[in-house]
Amino acid sequence: MTLREVKEILDADVIVGEEQLDKEVHTAFSADLMSDVLAFATTGSMLLTGVTNPQVVRTSEILDIAAIIMVRGKRPSQETAQLAQELRIPILSTKYILFETSGRLHARGIVGCIVKVGDRSDVRRDKV
Amino acid sequence: MSEETKYEGQFAVEGGNFRNAGQVSSRIKNILKDLGCNSDMVRRAAIVTYEAEINIVSYAKKGIIHLQAGPGCIRIEISDEGPGIPDIELAMQEGYSTASPMVREMGFGAGMGLANMKRFSDNFIITSKVNEGTQVVMEIDHVRQMSG
Repeated sequence: MTLREVKEILDADVIVGEEQLDKEVHTAFSADLMSDVLAFATTGSMLLTGVTNPQVVRTSEILDIAAIIMVRGKRPSQETAQLAQELRIPILSTKYILFETSGRLHARGIVGCIVKVGDRSDVRRDKV
Repeated sequence: MSEETKYEGQFAVEGGNFRNAGQVSSRIKNILKDLGCNSDMVRRAAIVTYEAEINIVSYAKKGIIHLQAGPGCIRIEISDEGPGIPDIELAMQEGYSTASPMVREMGFGAGMGLANMKRFSDNFIITSKVNEGTQVVMEIDHVRQMSG
Protein backbone atom coordinates (compact mmCIF):
# COMPACT_ATOMS: atom_id res chain seq x y z
CA MET A 1 0.00 0.00 0.00
CA THR A 2 1.21 3.53 -0.66
CA LEU A 3 1.11 6.43 1.78
CA ARG A 4 -1.42 8.01 -0.59
CA GLU A 5 -3.81 5.11 0.10
CA VAL A 6 -3.08 5.41 3.83
CA LYS A 7 -4.00 9.08 3.63
CA GLU A 8 -7.32 8.20 1.93
CA ILE A 9 -8.22 5.37 4.30
CA LEU A 10 -7.58 7.59 7.32
CA ASP A 11 -8.99 10.77 5.80
CA ALA A 12 -5.69 12.26 6.90
CA ASP A 13 -3.94 15.56 6.32
CA VAL A 14 -0.39 15.41 5.08
CA ILE A 15 1.65 17.78 7.24
CA VAL A 16 5.11 16.81 6.00
CA GLY A 17 6.13 14.74 2.99
CA GLU A 18 3.53 15.46 0.30
CA GLU A 19 6.23 14.48 -2.21
CA GLN A 20 6.67 11.04 -0.62
CA LEU A 21 3.09 9.75 -0.96
CA ASP A 22 4.14 7.05 -3.41
CA LYS A 23 6.24 5.38 -0.71
CA GLU A 24 5.21 1.75 -0.11
CA VAL A 25 4.33 0.57 3.41
CA HIS A 26 3.36 -2.89 4.66
CA THR A 27 3.73 -2.83 8.43
CA ALA A 28 2.95 -0.58 11.39
CA PHE A 29 3.49 -0.16 15.12
CA SER A 30 1.14 1.76 17.42
CA ALA A 31 2.38 3.27 20.70
CA ASP A 32 2.79 6.46 22.69
CA LEU A 33 5.79 5.21 24.60
CA MET A 34 8.96 5.87 22.63
CA SER A 35 10.95 3.27 24.56
CA ASP A 36 8.45 0.65 23.36
CA VAL A 37 8.78 1.96 19.83
CA LEU A 38 12.57 1.60 20.11
CA ALA A 39 12.18 -1.90 21.51
CA PHE A 40 9.70 -3.28 19.01
CA ALA A 41 9.18 -1.20 15.87
CA THR A 42 10.99 -2.33 12.75
CA THR A 43 12.63 -0.49 9.87
CA GLY A 44 10.25 0.71 7.18
CA SER A 45 7.13 0.50 9.37
CA MET A 46 4.65 3.30 9.99
CA LEU A 47 4.48 4.68 13.51
CA LEU A 48 0.93 5.35 14.75
CA THR A 49 1.07 7.60 17.80
CA GLY A 50 -0.42 10.43 19.80
CA VAL A 51 2.99 11.89 20.66
CA THR A 52 3.70 15.16 18.85
CA ASN A 53 7.02 16.42 20.21
CA PRO A 54 10.34 16.29 18.32
CA GLN A 55 11.34 13.03 20.05
CA VAL A 56 8.82 11.17 17.92
CA VAL A 57 10.79 12.28 14.86
CA ARG A 58 14.15 11.48 16.44
CA THR A 59 12.91 8.03 17.40
CA SER A 60 11.63 7.51 13.85
CA GLU A 61 14.95 8.57 12.41
CA ILE A 62 16.88 6.18 14.62
CA LEU A 63 14.68 3.29 13.40
CA ASP A 64 14.19 4.38 9.76
CA ILE A 65 10.43 4.59 10.24
CA ALA A 66 8.65 5.14 6.90
CA ALA A 67 6.04 7.62 8.15
CA ILE A 68 4.49 8.98 11.33
CA ILE A 69 0.71 8.91 11.62
CA MET A 70 -0.53 11.20 14.38
CA VAL A 71 -3.90 10.07 15.70
CA ARG A 72 -6.80 11.65 17.64
CA GLY A 73 -6.47 14.81 15.57
CA LYS A 74 -3.02 15.60 16.99
CA ARG A 75 -0.74 17.75 14.96
CA PRO A 76 3.01 18.20 15.27
CA SER A 77 4.47 21.23 16.99
CA GLN A 78 6.26 23.59 14.63
CA GLU A 79 9.59 22.29 15.89
CA THR A 80 8.52 18.71 15.25
CA ALA A 81 7.35 19.47 11.72
CA GLN A 82 10.58 21.32 10.98
CA LEU A 83 12.72 18.42 12.14
CA ALA A 84 10.63 15.96 10.12
CA GLN A 85 11.09 18.13 7.05
CA GLU A 86 14.83 18.20 7.63
CA LEU A 87 15.05 14.44 8.09
CA ARG A 88 12.53 13.74 5.32
CA ILE A 89 10.11 11.76 7.46
CA PRO A 90 6.46 12.16 6.39
CA ILE A 91 3.86 13.11 9.01
CA LEU A 92 0.15 12.51 8.47
CA SER A 93 -2.56 13.59 10.89
CA THR A 94 -5.86 11.73 11.27
CA LYS A 95 -8.87 12.39 13.49
CA TYR A 96 -9.46 8.69 14.10
CA ILE A 97 -8.46 7.37 17.51
CA LEU A 98 -5.51 4.98 17.72
CA PHE A 99 -7.74 1.90 17.85
CA GLU A 100 -9.72 2.93 14.76
CA THR A 101 -6.60 4.00 12.89
CA SER A 102 -4.91 0.66 13.54
CA GLY A 103 -8.09 -1.30 12.74
CA ARG A 104 -8.81 0.48 9.50
CA LEU A 105 -5.28 -0.07 8.23
CA HIS A 106 -5.21 -3.68 9.38
CA ALA A 107 -8.49 -4.39 7.59
CA ARG A 108 -6.88 -3.16 4.39
CA GLY A 109 -3.81 -5.37 4.71
CA ILE A 110 -1.32 -3.45 6.87
CA VAL A 111 0.01 -5.80 9.56
CA GLY A 112 1.85 -5.31 12.83
CA CYS A 113 5.62 -5.12 12.42
CA ILE A 114 5.86 -7.87 15.02
CA VAL A 115 3.02 -10.12 16.11
CA LYS A 116 3.65 -10.65 19.80
CA VAL A 117 6.37 -9.84 22.28
CA GLY A 118 8.02 -12.43 24.46
CA ASP A 119 11.09 -14.62 24.72
CA ARG A 120 11.20 -16.04 21.23
CA SER A 121 8.03 -14.61 19.82
CA ASP A 122 9.28 -11.21 18.74
CA VAL A 123 8.55 -12.67 15.39
CA ARG A 124 9.09 -10.30 12.59
CA ARG A 125 6.65 -10.70 9.78
CA ASP A 126 8.20 -11.26 6.42
CA LYS A 127 7.76 -8.27 4.20
CA VAL A 128 4.81 -8.87 1.91
CA MET B 1 38.82 -4.41 19.15
CA SER B 2 41.75 -2.03 18.69
CA GLU B 3 42.99 -3.58 15.44
CA GLU B 4 39.57 -3.32 13.96
CA THR B 5 38.89 0.24 15.08
CA LYS B 6 38.39 2.47 12.09
CA TYR B 7 36.70 5.30 13.90
CA GLU B 8 37.07 6.82 17.30
CA GLY B 9 35.31 9.91 18.56
CA GLN B 10 33.75 11.65 21.53
CA PHE B 11 30.49 13.52 21.73
CA ALA B 12 29.31 15.79 24.50
CA VAL B 13 25.71 15.70 25.68
CA GLU B 14 24.24 18.51 27.75
CA GLY B 15 21.96 17.58 30.63
CA GLY B 16 18.50 19.12 30.49
CA ASN B 17 18.72 20.05 26.82
CA PHE B 18 15.62 18.22 25.63
CA ARG B 19 15.55 20.14 22.39
CA ASN B 20 18.69 18.46 21.06
CA ALA B 21 18.15 15.05 22.64
CA GLY B 22 18.89 12.46 19.99
CA GLN B 23 21.17 14.58 17.84
CA VAL B 24 24.34 12.75 18.85
CA SER B 25 22.69 9.38 18.26
CA SER B 26 21.70 10.44 14.74
CA ARG B 27 25.27 11.44 14.03
CA ILE B 28 26.63 8.19 15.39
CA LYS B 29 24.16 6.21 13.31
CA ASN B 30 25.36 7.96 10.15
CA ILE B 31 29.02 7.45 11.07
CA LEU B 32 28.40 3.71 11.52
CA LYS B 33 26.50 3.48 8.25
CA ASP B 34 29.38 5.18 6.45
CA LEU B 35 31.83 2.76 8.06
CA GLY B 36 29.94 -0.04 6.35
CA CYS B 37 28.68 -1.72 9.53
CA ASN B 38 25.93 -4.29 9.15
CA SER B 39 22.48 -2.68 9.21
CA ASP B 40 21.25 -4.71 12.20
CA MET B 41 24.30 -3.63 14.18
CA VAL B 42 23.85 0.01 13.18
CA ARG B 43 20.21 -0.14 14.22
CA ARG B 44 20.97 -1.62 17.62
CA ALA B 45 23.86 0.80 18.21
CA ALA B 46 21.58 3.72 17.34
CA ILE B 47 18.86 2.48 19.71
CA VAL B 48 21.17 1.98 22.71
CA THR B 49 22.94 5.29 22.12
CA TYR B 50 19.64 7.09 21.87
CA GLU B 51 18.34 5.62 25.12
CA ALA B 52 21.63 6.57 26.78
CA GLU B 53 21.46 10.08 25.37
CA ILE B 54 17.90 10.46 26.66
CA ASN B 55 19.11 9.32 30.08
CA ILE B 56 21.91 11.90 30.17
CA VAL B 57 19.53 14.67 29.13
CA SER B 58 16.93 13.51 31.64
CA TYR B 59 19.07 12.95 34.72
CA ALA B 60 22.66 14.17 34.44
CA LYS B 61 24.45 17.52 34.38
CA LYS B 62 26.44 16.45 31.37
CA GLY B 63 27.79 13.38 29.72
CA ILE B 64 30.22 12.07 27.14
CA ILE B 65 29.52 9.42 24.55
CA HIS B 66 32.69 7.74 23.38
CA LEU B 67 32.43 5.71 20.20
CA GLN B 68 34.96 3.21 18.89
CA ALA B 69 33.95 1.30 15.83
CA GLY B 70 35.04 -0.88 12.99
CA PRO B 71 32.87 -2.72 10.50
CA GLY B 72 32.43 -5.73 12.79
CA CYS B 73 32.55 -4.27 16.27
CA ILE B 74 30.98 -1.22 17.85
CA ARG B 75 31.86 -0.06 21.35
CA ILE B 76 29.93 2.75 22.99
CA GLU B 77 31.03 4.11 26.34
CA ILE B 78 28.82 6.53 28.20
CA SER B 79 29.95 8.48 31.22
CA ASP B 80 27.96 11.16 32.92
CA GLU B 81 28.24 13.56 35.82
CA GLY B 82 25.04 13.23 37.71
CA PRO B 83 23.16 11.81 40.65
CA GLY B 84 24.25 8.21 40.00
CA ILE B 85 22.10 5.16 40.58
CA PRO B 86 21.86 3.89 44.18
CA ASP B 87 20.44 0.47 43.30
CA ILE B 88 21.42 -0.71 39.84
CA GLU B 89 19.53 -3.98 40.08
CA LEU B 90 16.33 -2.10 40.83
CA ALA B 91 16.99 0.46 38.09
CA MET B 92 17.48 -2.32 35.54
CA GLN B 93 13.99 -3.68 36.20
CA GLU B 94 11.54 -2.89 33.45
CA GLY B 95 8.96 -0.45 34.73
CA TYR B 96 11.12 1.11 37.46
CA SER B 97 11.63 4.80 36.83
CA THR B 98 12.39 8.06 38.62
CA ALA B 99 11.69 10.20 35.57
CA SER B 100 10.19 13.68 35.75
CA PRO B 101 6.84 14.49 34.10
CA MET B 102 8.80 16.33 31.39
CA VAL B 103 10.62 13.15 30.44
CA ARG B 104 7.36 11.20 30.43
CA GLU B 105 5.78 13.78 28.17
CA MET B 106 8.48 13.06 25.60
CA GLY B 107 7.41 9.42 25.51
CA PHE B 108 10.16 8.14 27.79
CA GLY B 109 10.54 7.54 31.50
CA ALA B 110 8.57 4.32 31.69
CA GLY B 111 11.48 2.37 33.09
CA MET B 112 12.51 0.79 29.81
CA GLY B 113 15.69 2.68 28.98
CA LEU B 114 18.35 0.65 30.75
CA ALA B 115 16.52 -2.58 29.91
CA ASN B 116 16.49 -1.62 26.24
CA MET B 117 20.19 -0.73 26.37
CA LYS B 118 20.99 -4.17 27.76
CA ARG B 119 18.58 -5.94 25.45
CA PHE B 120 20.10 -4.55 22.26
CA SER B 121 23.78 -4.81 23.33
CA ASP B 122 25.85 -7.96 22.99
CA ASN B 123 27.85 -6.88 26.05
CA PHE B 124 26.56 -4.48 28.63
CA ILE B 125 28.31 -3.22 31.76
CA ILE B 126 27.00 -0.54 34.07
CA THR B 127 28.66 1.01 37.11
CA SER B 128 27.54 3.98 39.14
CA LYS B 129 28.51 6.10 42.11
CA VAL B 130 25.88 8.08 43.94
CA ASN B 131 26.39 11.86 43.58
CA GLU B 132 29.17 11.31 41.04
CA GLY B 133 27.84 9.66 37.96
CA THR B 134 27.16 6.58 35.88
CA GLN B 135 29.25 4.70 33.34
CA VAL B 136 27.87 2.31 30.78
CA VAL B 137 29.86 0.25 28.28
CA MET B 138 27.95 -1.36 25.45
CA GLU B 139 29.45 -3.52 22.75
CA ILE B 140 27.76 -4.73 19.63
CA ASP B 141 29.79 -7.30 17.78
CA HIS B 142 27.30 -9.82 16.39
CA VAL B 143 24.66 -9.72 13.72
CA ARG B 144 21.33 -10.86 15.13
CA GLN B 145 18.77 -12.54 12.95
CA MET B 146 15.86 -10.84 14.65
CA SER B 147 16.78 -7.73 16.52
CA GLY B 148 13.67 -7.70 18.70
